[in-house]
Order: sequence, then C-alpha cells, then structure tokens
Amino acid sequence: MKIKSLKSRKDSLAQTEKQLAVLNGGIFKDGTLPKFKQKVKSSNLKQVRPSRLEILQINIGYMCNQVCAHCHVDAGPDRKEIMTHETMEEILMVLKKNKIKTVDLTGGAPEMHPEFRWFVEEIRKTEVEEIIVRSNLTIILANKKYNDLPNFFARNEIHVISSLPFYKRNKTDRQRGDGVFDASIKALKMLNAVGYGIPESNLELDLVYNPSGAFLPGDQNTLENDFKKALKEDFEIEFNQLFAITNLPISRFLDYLIASENYEDYMHSLVDAFNPSAVKNVMCTNTISVSWEGYLFDCDFNQMLDLKVNTTSKHISTFDPEKLIDRDIQLSQHCYGCTAGAGSSCQGSIA
Amino acid sequence: MKKSYYQPEDLKNFGKINEWNKVLGSKFFDYYNSVFEEGSLSAREKSLIALAVSHVVQCPYCIDSYTKDGLQRGVEKEEMMEAVHVGAAIKAGAALVHGVQMMNKHDQLSM
Repeated sequence: MKIKSLKSRKDSLAQTEKQLAVLNGGIFKDGTLPKFKQKVKSSNLKQVRPSRLEILQINIGYMCNQVCAHCHVDAGPDRKEIMTHETMEEILMVLKKNKIKTVDLTGGAPEMHPEFRWFVEEIRKTEVEEIIVRSNLTIILANKKYNDLPNFFARNEIHVISSLPFYKRNKTDRQRGDGVFDASIKALKMLNAVGYGIPESNLELDLVYNPSGAFLPGDQNTLENDFKKALKEDFEIEFNQLFAITNLPISRFLDYLIASENYEDYMHSLVDAFNPSAVKNVMCTNTISVSWEGYLFDCDFNQMLDLKVNTTSKHISTFDPEKLIDRDIQLSQHCYGCTAGAGSSCQGSIA
Repeated sequence: MKKSYYQPEDLKNFGKINEWNKVLGSKFFDYYNSVFEEGSLSAREKSLIALAVSHVVQCPYCIDSYTKDGLQRGVEKEEMMEAVHVGAAIKAGAALVHGVQMMNKHDQLSM
C-alpha cells in the first residue's frame, strides 16, 4: 500500500485540534466510555504526575524514507521539518547543566538529519549515560552514505532500538511499505556483524513490535520468544529485547481507525484493558519530549497533538527542571494506549 | 427492539449477565478464565481451538473474539483458516458418518 502523509493529503486530521475533537467527542462526550482522567480517579489512583526526569526524548525532524500506515508522527519523505543547529546547541547546554541519564533520539528517521552525527558525538561528550537511536533499519540501506551507520553506532556505543512489526514479510510490508521487510533483515544482519544484539557484546539492539491493525499487542515475553526463534532460525539474526508497543489513536493510526470503522471498538478495547498498575509507570513520569522546534512535551504523542507541557518552561531555551517536575501532565483519551494490558511505553511493557 | 437477534455491542456487555445472577455468572467467568490460562496446552493453542469451535457452534461473538485474540498473539491468517477447516471437517464428518446409519436403515427396510 502506497500512502502519503496526512499533511500532504491535506487531510483534516493533519490538524491537531481535529484529532483532539475526535478524542474528546463521540463515545467520550456522550458518556459511553469514561474520559481518561475520570477513569484514573474512579480507580482510586493519584493523578499522573512526573516523578523524576531521566530521559530526554528528542525528535530531530519529521523527514523519513518510509511512510508507515500507523505512523503517529505523520512522517515521510515529503516532511521537511528539521531541528536547527541553534536548537541542538541549546539542548547540549541543557545536557551539560542537568543530570539526564538517557537521550532518546527519534524522528522521522533521525539519521537523515544533516547534523545527526555531529549531534550524537557532542552528546557523547556530556555526562549522558545512554544514547538511544530509534532507527527504522531501512535507512541504513537507503543510500550509500548511510551504509556505515552500524559502525558509527558502535563507535559511539549507541543503544539501537528498531521497529520490526513482524518476523514475516507479509505483515511487515503491509504496515511499513513494500520491500521494508527484506531491507530490515539486511540491516539487522549488518548490525549483528558489528556486534549488535550478540550475547557477549555490550552493544544493545532492541526491536519494537507494534500490531499491524486495530488490535492490542499480545504478551511481550511470548512475542519476544516467537521473534527470537523465527529470526534465528530463518535469518540467523540475534537481538536483545522485544518491546511490544500499543498503537495510540492519533495521527495516521487514528485516520486508519476511523476509515476502517474500527475507532469505537478500538477505544473500547483500550478502556476495557485499562490496567491500574500501569498508571504509575507511564513514560511521562520520567521523560520529557523535545520537538524539532525545541518545544517541550510530556511525551512524543502529546508532541504530535501539540499539547505542550503545562508549565512556563515550555521551550528548551527556558528549560527549568524544577518547574518541569512540578507540572501536571496533559491528558486526553489517547493516554489509554499507555495503560492498556501490560501497559506501553517507548521501552515496551510497564506493568 | 432491534431487528436482528445478534448485536455486536452485546459482546461488550457479556459481563452484565452477573447482574441477574452473580453466583453462577462468577463461577462461569472464573472457570472460563482458568481454561484459557497457559497449561499443558499453550494459550496460543487454546486460542486456535477456541477459534475452530467458534465456527462449529457458529457463534459470531466468539468468532470476533478469537480472531482478534489470534492477531494479538501473532497467529497468522493461514493458521486461522486451517483451524477453521479442522472444525468444519469434524462437523462435515459428523454429518456424513450418519450416512452409515442411513445405509443400515435402508438395508434393514429393503427386501
């Protein structure tokens, strides 16, 4: 399936207020389902609040070599938004002044940013312990200039987290585009070849599984075993962990849910699977998401809905950890995606 | 009243049967949940058996549930269809084996 970004299709859902209208209206407005805030309250839980700041997740731009059907960023080759050098410098200043354990680089395909390598090397000079790059894998083969990315990652001890929706071609290509599976397998072999995901190596390679349709992910450990067995037997590929991530009902996935008449059933599934024990570990409790323009958000999803942090420290240039730790999280009905079943975060299950 | 015997939204309200008899309803749901736990058979195998049986008993709610359950477990459509054929084959066999009864009766009644 060849698709374009909502933005280039001039789809009304490209406007964040339209998405929020869907999430706040219909079955949540008429009381068929409780709003997320009410659900948390009626479950006798404390409202979601930040507990500590450990992870700065930085979206350095929306451009991508792929156009995935479920992409919550609405990324693609037609998206030109990228972070400026000035904003990157501001982030580096924040990393030097504050104790932040992990930097999590995402996009689009973050590797496509012209200053990606410089930025990574500068982050390595700070006291940040871990640098994650969310790589879509196919970028490594998309152009000759990216072929040495596995070596670059290894040299900088990058923790690579890659999406692979399934261990078979059919489901992967349906979600992420024709040819994505074969290219991903080649890229995984290249990463294995430099030591990524190999048991005795300290170079970490994790995979992300997200369902290719309007259903929730199954048990993360079972899926990890299935992936490990299939990738080892069929392709001799190894990796460390599998993260099962729930698709959140925003952007292109929301568009798909509405177009396929699955929206209401999907929201029912999310609400039915609400797991109180996942609430205290949702990623907005320890993460701040930074947009390509330098604005701050509770998570990457709120970034895509343009729900900026609810404090006066809204931009990387005015980054204030005390104000940020004392903020209320911006909640809407998409938050059910992080608390369903075993819970979901950029690091997989949380309950 | 609605014009169809089956309403998709009824499945979401299955738990409401407890409102009219909590004791028996709870026993059923406890039993049901225990049956589908990992055991000598994996939860995945049980899901496929449930999908096959759903077709045999022609329960639309069960078919929706166990198709979705299979997708969540990474069951592939080829596996799902094979399971449905297992159910259908047993059902067809159950009908056809009565053919022997028909033959016996025929012969008994015939000169």
